[in-house]
Parts: sequence; structure tokens; C-alpha cells
Amino acid sequence: MESTTTKPDEAATEKPVVTRRLDRVFLELYNVAAFVSRFFKEVLMPPYEGKEIIRQFFEVGYKSLGLISLTGFITGIVFTNQSRPSLAEFGATSWLPSLIAIAIVRALAPLVTALIASGKVGSNIGAELGSMKVTEQIDAMEVSATNPYKFLVVSRVLATTFAIPTLTMYTIFVAMVGAFINVNANEATSFPAFIEQFFGAITYLDVFSSVIKSFVFGFTIGMVGCYKGYHSSKGTEGVGKAANSSVVTSMFLVFIEELLALQIVAALRAV
Amino acid sequence: MKKPEGHIDHNNVVISIRGLRKSFGDLHVLRGVDLDVYQGENLVVLGRSGTGKSVLIKLIVGLLRPDAGTINVLGQDVDTLTVKELDQLRLKVGFSFQSSALYDSMTIRENLEFPLVRNVRNLSRQEINRAVEESLEDVGLSQTINQMPSELSGGQRKRIGIARTLILKPDIMLYDEPTAGLDPITSNDINNLINEVQERHRATSIIITHDLTCAKETGDRLAMLLDGRFERQGTFDEVFATNDERVQQFYHYNFIE
Repeated sequence: MESTTTKPDEAATEKPVVTRRLDRVFLELYNVAAFVSRFFKEVLMPPYEGKEIIRQFFEVGYKSLGLISLTGFITGIVFTNQSRPSLAEFGATSWLPSLIAIAIVRALAPLVTALIASGKVGSNIGAELGSMKVTEQIDAMEVSATNPYKFLVVSRVLATTFAIPTLTMYTIFVAMVGAFINVNANEATSFPAFIEQFFGAITYLDVFSSVIKSFVFGFTIGMVGCYKGYHSSKGTEGVGKAANSSVVTSMFLVFIEELLALQIVAALRAV
Repeated sequence: MKKPEGHIDHNNVVISIRGLRKSFGDLHVLRGVDLDVYQGENLVVLGRSGTGKSVLIKLIVGLLRPDAGTINVLGQDVDTLTVKELDQLRLKVGFSFQSSALYDSMTIRENLEFPLVRNVRNLSRQEINRAVEESLEDVGLSQTINQMPSELSGGQRKRIGIARTLILKPDIMLYDEPTAGLDPITSNDINNLINEVQERHRATSIIITHDLTCAKETGDRLAMLLDGRFERQGTFDEVFATNDERVQQFYHYNFIE
């Protein structure tokens, strides 16, 4: 029996390829803008999903601690070890704690935390929401008079936005411990001397910019994961794509944001 | 199971659809649908895959918006409702999804509690527990209360999906392909459950299916979607008493399968 309906792409295929691609790009940009602006509208309006936010904060924060501890600790050791020869050439190994402090607080800790979270948390959110989308769980929430955007997206984005700065502070601490062990083993620097040099090298602007940057990274990771999952196409392939592109897109955006933050902080220092 | 009789109130239209149109790009799915569903009735919507059966019930519950036409549910025009009003209406309309749509990160108890705790204020823990246990008893699956959805069979998941919608005691039930992918015995159990819901809860139901056994067992009236419109409506025998090739093909292929 012949199909009773018209094929959807008949008219679309008449358009040139470039035009169709441009249409898709602008449509995607519009969808992203609408998705992000909806967050700012929904986050202020009751009911507030306090329990779900705390649960997600636990999922994002507590469950990433193991991985963050390991990578932070290794980052501290490796960076210290790699920096030593350069400083040794000028007989300046005593500056190691200061150098490490600046590198870790200003760049390494926020970046390492955000990249680890992009891989672990971003893919989790993308896959979870993607799976909920294709199995109609999001629709089921909507028909049971629950706002799925507020319950699923707002809670996850808030959780990542606040968990990533917390994890960044933790990464700074763990990397500092790793660096101290290395410095202590090689230069026999005492803990009080190390701490004095470490904190003496950083300014309030360093810490402040690092925290603000981490909030932005957290928001980006949560928002990208939710957007990709929420808009995943039908089928298990769509879920895989959502998880994968959540990681790739959020990592890419984290680097772009790092670059922008660098310019802004440099401008602030010059003032 | 014999269908209950004398439960339909033909003077009380609970769903009224007029001139409903819905397209996706150039794909014209619904092309002017008119339909009345009466209080207490089980209406079966038949049609081939892709003819817009599921689209129709998603429009009724406001998951999709129509391009043209009106949908009146329990006296309210769905397309003109505010978000809050639509949510209030949705509490009176249960929707059983084809895929069951159980929240797979929650236990069966949490799945059933979810609509209740979010929509009914000031319920004690005992009242919530009682409502969950009653809903599970309704579908004969009390023993699954602490299991995860992934531990259940397809038929059990369907029943739990129905139990989750029944917990809010809806006036209207919408079933999307309730027997799809199930063996004949489990399908028969689901058909019986749909009839029990009609009898016990006095609910009005729309059952979307292409399974003629399900249609015959559960439907008081059948409506067949052909070319985006309901071209045939009536009892099972009335709908198929035609020489229309499209209808006859649907009938024969269904039983051959």
C-alpha cells in the first residue's frame, strides 16, 4: 500500500546545500539561546527543587572526588618535577613553591577540574538525559504535571555550577600536597616554609578569578550536557552522540573561556 | 473477560475535537480530525504506523500543539490554557506510554510516588505508602515495589506504567500502544487491565493500537485514522464491514501477522 503522507525533505532538498547548512546553524543557535535563557527564567521561579539540587550536587561533587584527588595529586607532583630543571639552571629552586602556587591556582586547578568534570559529569548528564528523552521519560514527567526542565536541567546546571568551584578548591589543596611531597623529598623544604611561600605568591585576584572562572566552567559543563541530552535524537545512537558531543563541546568551550578569562584578568591586573 | 456494560454516558462528552490539523514540515499527519469521546467510554483509535495516532493523544494532553482546530478536554480548550492550568488538567488525564517510560533511576515505589508527592500536598508517609500499595494491587504487581524497572519484564513495565498513572485517579486514560511488543497472553492481561480500569475507576479511555485483538477486547467504539481523518467509526463489526481496500488490508494483515 502506498504511503498516505508526504515526505518531509522534498521541499528542503530543493535548497542549496550551503543555505540548508546555514539554516541548521542559525536554528541551532536559536535553540541554544532559548535553552539558556529559559534557565535564567526558571531558576528564579518557584517551586524550587532543593532536594534534587542537593542530590545532583552529591552526584557531581562527591562522586568525582576520587578522580579529582588522583589527577590533582599527580598534577602537583608532575608540574613540580617538570619545573625544577628550568629553575635549577638559575639556581632558583627555592622559588618552586611560588611558581607552583601561581600555576596551580591561576590555571591548572580550574582547568584540570573542568576537563575532568567535562569527561565524567558532562558525559553522564548527556547520556542520562538523552536516554530519558528517547524512552519518553521526559514526556512522562511533563504529563504528570512536573516541569521537566526545572526538575532535570535547572537542578543539574545549579549542581555543576556550585560543585566545580568547590572541586577546584579541593584540587588546589590536593595538588599543593603533591607538590609539597615532591619539594620536601628533593629540596628538604619544611611544611611551614612551603606554605608561607605558596600563599605568599598568590593574590586575592588570583583566588577570586579562579573561583569565578570555575563557576563559569561549571555552568558551561552542566548546560552543554543538559542541552545535548535534552535535544538528543531518537534511538540509542542519539544517546551515544549526546554523551560524546557533551564532552567534546564542553571541553572546547572550557578552553575558549579560559582564554577569555586570561585576557580579562590580565586587563584587571594592569589597572 | 466480558466487557462491562451500561457505563457510558452518551450525554456527557469529555473530549471534543474539531478540525484538528497537525503537520511536521511537509508531513501532513492530521488533516482535519473531528471526534467526540463520551464519559465512561473506551474508544480505540486504529491506524497504520505513522498515521498520527500517537500524535493525536499527545495533542490531547498538550505535549504537542495543533496547527489548527480545537481540542476540548473536560470543558477546557487545551490550546488556550496557561502552563498552570494545563498542569491542573494533566492531573485528570493519565497517559500510559508505549515504552512505559518508567524512571529508570528510581525504584518502582519511587516511580509511583513521584506524581503523588509532587502534586498532592500535605500527604503523610502512611497515605503515600497506602496509595502506592493500592495502585500496585490494582495491577497485580505488589511484589515488585522495591525492584528497579530494569528488573521487570515488558508486560510488568507496562502494568507499572499504568499503575503510575492510576495513582492520581484520573478521569481520562490515554493508552499508547498498550500491547505493542508483548506476547498474546501478556497482551490479554493488559486488555483485561484496561477493562478493569474502565469498570473500577469509571475512567474514559482512548486506546491507541494497531492490534485488532486489543481493539476488539477493549473498545466500546473504534475510530480508524485513514489519510489523516477518522473516516470510519463504530463498533468493531461496523468499522470492518466495508469494501474499502485500506480497511480490508489492515484487517487481513493484522490476523495474518
